Amino acid sequence: MSEASVIHDIGYQRYTGPRLGRGAVFGAMYVHGLRAAFGLGRSAKAKIFPWLVVGIVTLVAVILAAVRSQTGIVPLTYLGFADAMSWLIIFFAAIVAPELVSRDMRAGVLPLYFSRPLRAADYVGAKVAAMVTAIWALLAVPQFIMFLGAAFTTKNGMSDVWDELGDLLPGWGYSLLWALLFTGIGLLIASLTGKRAFAAGGIVAVFLMTTPVVGVLSILPSSDAQQLAGLASPMTLISGVGQWLIPTANSGMNVGNFGPVYAIEAVTLIAACLLLLLARYRRVAAL
Amino acid sequence: MSLIVTQGLTKTYGGRVTALHDLTVSVEPGIIGLVGANGAGKSTFIKILLGLIPPSGGGVRVFDIDPTVDPDRVRAKVGYMPEHDALPPDVSAAEFVTHLGRISGLPRTAARERASEALRHVGLYEERYRQIGGYSTGMKQRVKLAQALVHDPDLLLLDEPTNGLDPAGRDAMLALIHRIGTEFGISVVVCSHLLGEVERICDSLVAIEGGRLLRADRISAMTEASDVLAVEVSEGMEELAEALTRLGLPAQADGRLLLVPLDREDTYDRILQAVADLDLPLHRLDQRRHRVAELFAPRETADV
Repeated sequence: MSEASVIHDIGYQRYTGPRLGRGAVFGAMYVHGLRAAFGLGRSAKAKIFPWLVVGIVTLVAVILAAVRSQTGIVPLTYLGFADAMSWLIIFFAAIVAPELVSRDMRAGVLPLYFSRPLRAADYVGAKVAAMVTAIWALLAVPQFIMFLGAAFTTKNGMSDVWDELGDLLPGWGYSLLWALLFTGIGLLIASLTGKRAFAAGGIVAVFLMTTPVVGVLSILPSSDAQQLAGLASPMTLISGVGQWLIPTANSGMNVGNFGPVYAIEAVTLIAACLLLLLARYRRVAAL
Repeated sequence: MSLIVTQGLTKTYGGRVTALHDLTVSVEPGIIGLVGANGAGKSTFIKILLGLIPPSGGGVRVFDIDPTVDPDRVRAKVGYMPEHDALPPDVSAAEFVTHLGRISGLPRTAARERASEALRHVGLYEERYRQIGGYSTGMKQRVKLAQALVHDPDLLLLDEPTNGLDPAGRDAMLALIHRIGTEFGISVVVCSHLLGEVERICDSLVAIEGGRLLRADRISAMTEASDVLAVEVSEGMEELAEALTRLGLPAQADGRLLLVPLDREDTYDRILQAVADLDLPLHRLDQRRHRVAELFAPRETADV
């Protein structure tokens, strides 16, 4: 009897299974960040704002696709869509960036991360990748809906679909540029404070404060000043790059011959934000 | 193999503040108490062991690995429980510990299994699905301990694990640490500014003060064989001391405690009888080792 009964060992078991390397850890951190960006695995309260923004941009895309299929008019191009949604993206970035970095800082989770085989660069890289993906998806998915709408109502068969795809892909690239810049600025500001409200306010303020500067510069009498005005704000900066790379974009920006200047500033700004972010976490990781 | 070996370990901040000065110590596996007043350099020492900050001078090896050269290999074998709050309020303990398991390199399912195992071992069962924000301080300390255990380390570094706990919580936490050190086969370094606390569970003690090594040795080498009983009554301490002396038990007052040598089998009974005769409210009666504190500087004794 007693020989047959099973004794359940509830004592401590050593772990003998595989231990994955830095790549897998980076992946886990990335997926965690991406889920957090949309409030997945969090309370219902954390889901409200991200999904509200997702809902609005999707609705706009569906309406645009419907208008186009019914009337044949193209109210907004793929690039124009990204420009038109820019304030919503700022709103989204102001929610997501503090969720990704300020929250960790506030809760004091960082010592738990950095006492594991996770480097500051891995942490920053995973957070940046997660936020870029989130913002990019926010624009790219509605753009894809617009594409589907156009593709299914085409008049000339496959050749129109290919033409449309030729428009969509630069649109996706343009969205990626938006995503990179908003991530860089958003995460850098959010990493400075553990208070989410301050971080969100700071992010919105950066974009809000720079817009009037563009307005003032663009009504100066000099045409050079007008063409360079867009450099003053991240939003017009991206529009300017888009206008230079894709002249048919029709964004209403006049960048003249200064297109490369816009591109250089955009690249420099993104790189500077990411490097500062990395430098910040190098210091934080040592504490 | 020695667990931790340091050779002339020195850490200065900005060339002025000396956190650690010429610390040479060799620690064997077991439960090790790292004792020192606040600011003695305990946290700095732990951060150097984890490879989070580089030492200004001297050498350090953990499991014979140099954390300044190969921090990832050290960290994979070490679990760290920080002193301060380190938990996000808006996730469940199960989810949070699973996530940290994955950050330690465990595959998804293994991380989930080990997270619930670790939480079970620290005594969190159904509560683990609730959000951490609603936990008591004791439960939060347990979650912090569980996250240090999740990846099955060979060494735990616990920074003030009893911080903020009530006496019952302290005893439970110390018992848990003792169990980890003895039954789980994991070495533990317990940092504390309370010598009386760690001496109860540790095999060896490392005492530092002002960044200098005060003494490092096995507890057995530091203590006398004779044990003492600590008696605490909420009133009538003098009466009890007199009564005990009359019974042939030389009681010594130590703060709010009476210390009675435990030399005979019926000492317990006689004390209880004396307390009962005087009808005093007995707070506690427990056995403690003999005055490790006296081996340290007077300041340390005052902390006990």
